[in-house]
Amino acid sequence: MNLNEIGLAWLVPGLLLLLALAVWSVRRLAAFDAHSLVGDALGKYGTPLLFGAWVLLFWQLLTQAFDVPRVLLPAPSLIAQSLAAGWGVLAGDFVQTVLHSVLIGLVLGCGLGFATGVLIDRSPFLQRGLLPLAALASTVPLVGIAPIMVMWFGFDWHSKAAVVVLMTFFPMLVNTLAGLAEAGHMERDLMRSYGAGYWRTLFSLRIPVALPFVFNALKINSTLAMIGAIVAEFFGSPTAGLGFRISTEAARMNMGLVWAAIVVAALAGSLLYGVLGWVERRATFWHPSVRRG
Amino acid sequence: MADVLMARRAPTEPSFAAAQWQRFGPIVTVLAIVLMLWYAAAVWLNAPQVIERVLSNQPGWGAADLMRLTWAMERPVLPAPHQIALDFYSSLVDWPVDSPRNLLFHTYVTASATLLGFVMGSVLGALLAVAIVHSRSLDRSLFPWVIASQTVPVLAIAPIIIVILGSMGLTGLFPKSIISAYLCFFPVTVALVKGLRSPGVLELELLHTYAASAPQAFWKLRVPASLPFLFPALRVGIAAGLVGAIVGELPTGAQAGLGARLLTGSYYGNTVQIWSALVMASLLGLALTGAVALAERWLTPGMKK
Repeated sequence: MNLNEIGLAWLVPGLLLLLALAVWSVRRLAAFDAHSLVGDALGKYGTPLLFGAWVLLFWQLLTQAFDVPRVLLPAPSLIAQSLAAGWGVLAGDFVQTVLHSVLIGLVLGCGLGFATGVLIDRSPFLQRGLLPLAALASTVPLVGIAPIMVMWFGFDWHSKAAVVVLMTFFPMLVNTLAGLAEAGHMERDLMRSYGAGYWRTLFSLRIPVALPFVFNALKINSTLAMIGAIVAEFFGSPTAGLGFRISTEAARMNMGLVWAAIVVAALAGSLLYGVLGWVERRATFWHPSVRRG
Repeated sequence: MADVLMARRAPTEPSFAAAQWQRFGPIVTVLAIVLMLWYAAAVWLNAPQVIERVLSNQPGWGAADLMRLTWAMERPVLPAPHQIALDFYSSLVDWPVDSPRNLLFHTYVTASATLLGFVMGSVLGALLAVAIVHSRSLDRSLFPWVIASQTVPVLAIAPIIIVILGSMGLTGLFPKSIISAYLCFFPVTVALVKGLRSPGVLELELLHTYAASAPQAFWKLRVPASLPFLFPALRVGIAAGLVGAIVGELPTGAQAGLGARLLTGSYYGNTVQIWSALVMASLLGLALTGAVALAERWLTPGMKK
């Protein structure tokens, strides 16, 4: 379909009409508030999906109608083509960035943060020393450590995982400590009256109570980890990885593949977040924010 | 949060010195431990190179020689803290402020990109939040995407923005601040939507009984009520904006800015330069979030938790 052949005279009113239709349909669906389960789901999930679909359609139409240069903004169809054509390459990038750098770094960083939290929970002295440091780490652009990690651990995923470990450690530490402090005196006294020792109290009461905090940190960290791994690849990487793909293809003006790599990164980030959210609902089914009705 | 932990364990009525120790002792101790570990790590990491290059042809060298040399290498694997401090100091005073060899020059470039982006991002984010609060359609169609986009590594888009704007002839400050703005934007919108909705039915109805108009209700109730939500988001936003500005300096090999300094350091293996750029970036991050915290104290007096 070439919109140029239709001519500008028809194009503008046509687009305006379509825009009016889009606004009307989105407003209509947003106002939809049936008190049934289906109606509720339609309003809640249907509206953003419809909105997204309209945005994609207008993106497609506008880029074609006004011949927007590919470098500036490729049409969604072109991105989809690049995605299909570069599938093998992007799958390799996904394995390199997400399965190696992000997942390994995330597990190590969060594991270390959690273990440190549990260990220093018994020492108020260390807590008061480490918490300001953790607060400091949240204001500091930690990702700047990437070039040093690349020098130390080489170009492969080890250096990226190291950056991810550093970025994810402190949020996990802070949240673990806050979570462990969450168990109230009543509950602790109850555990004592049952004759439960430190470890039993830790595993049966305090860690379960801390889980919402821990999952909160995990979700924050999943985003941080993707950012850390991708940015660390800008400083040097083997010839695979989403960050590597984005920066090299952008330099070659191959924007279709760049956008395809960004789509993969976005999907990977959302997937990671979604999986964590699903596990959270399973693990903390008792928490008021999860419980319904 | 730290305050809560401290308050819970603070003993009753300590003396002044004890109170100061309570407050700063742990931090000083932890910092001292970190410094000691750092020096030890510097010896450990730099030792192979030192032994291979210098000490292998000097028979009978001892631990003192090893320590002296590993803490004074030209291009160490891990520079000792005092080397970083010296380089940091000399890069601040040895050159005029407008020279690209002066770290302050790079800091200025990055800070101005961050601040410009922060202002643009916060204003846009606030406008969008107001629109979302007042329009059910936007709330239901757009807001889910705003939330979902927080799970996406937005920084990945940085090279594209630089390239796109570069091909349009825009270089320098503006493209970087677009990235900063983009990163500030989402936390501000999400927090402000929450904050503008935070007044309860009771408060809204009270204003209704006062015959307050919608704009009055907005300015006198919703906006003040949203401030405690807004400022934490602004702190997150400006820290993220700094990361955005630094990352924005990477992909095109920018000539100026802390990111460029990191990149040239990593190209030429100049580790000390990387570390002092990192120290500067950290100080800048602290200064920026500190400025937001100061503004928070000014604008929300009596709201201290």
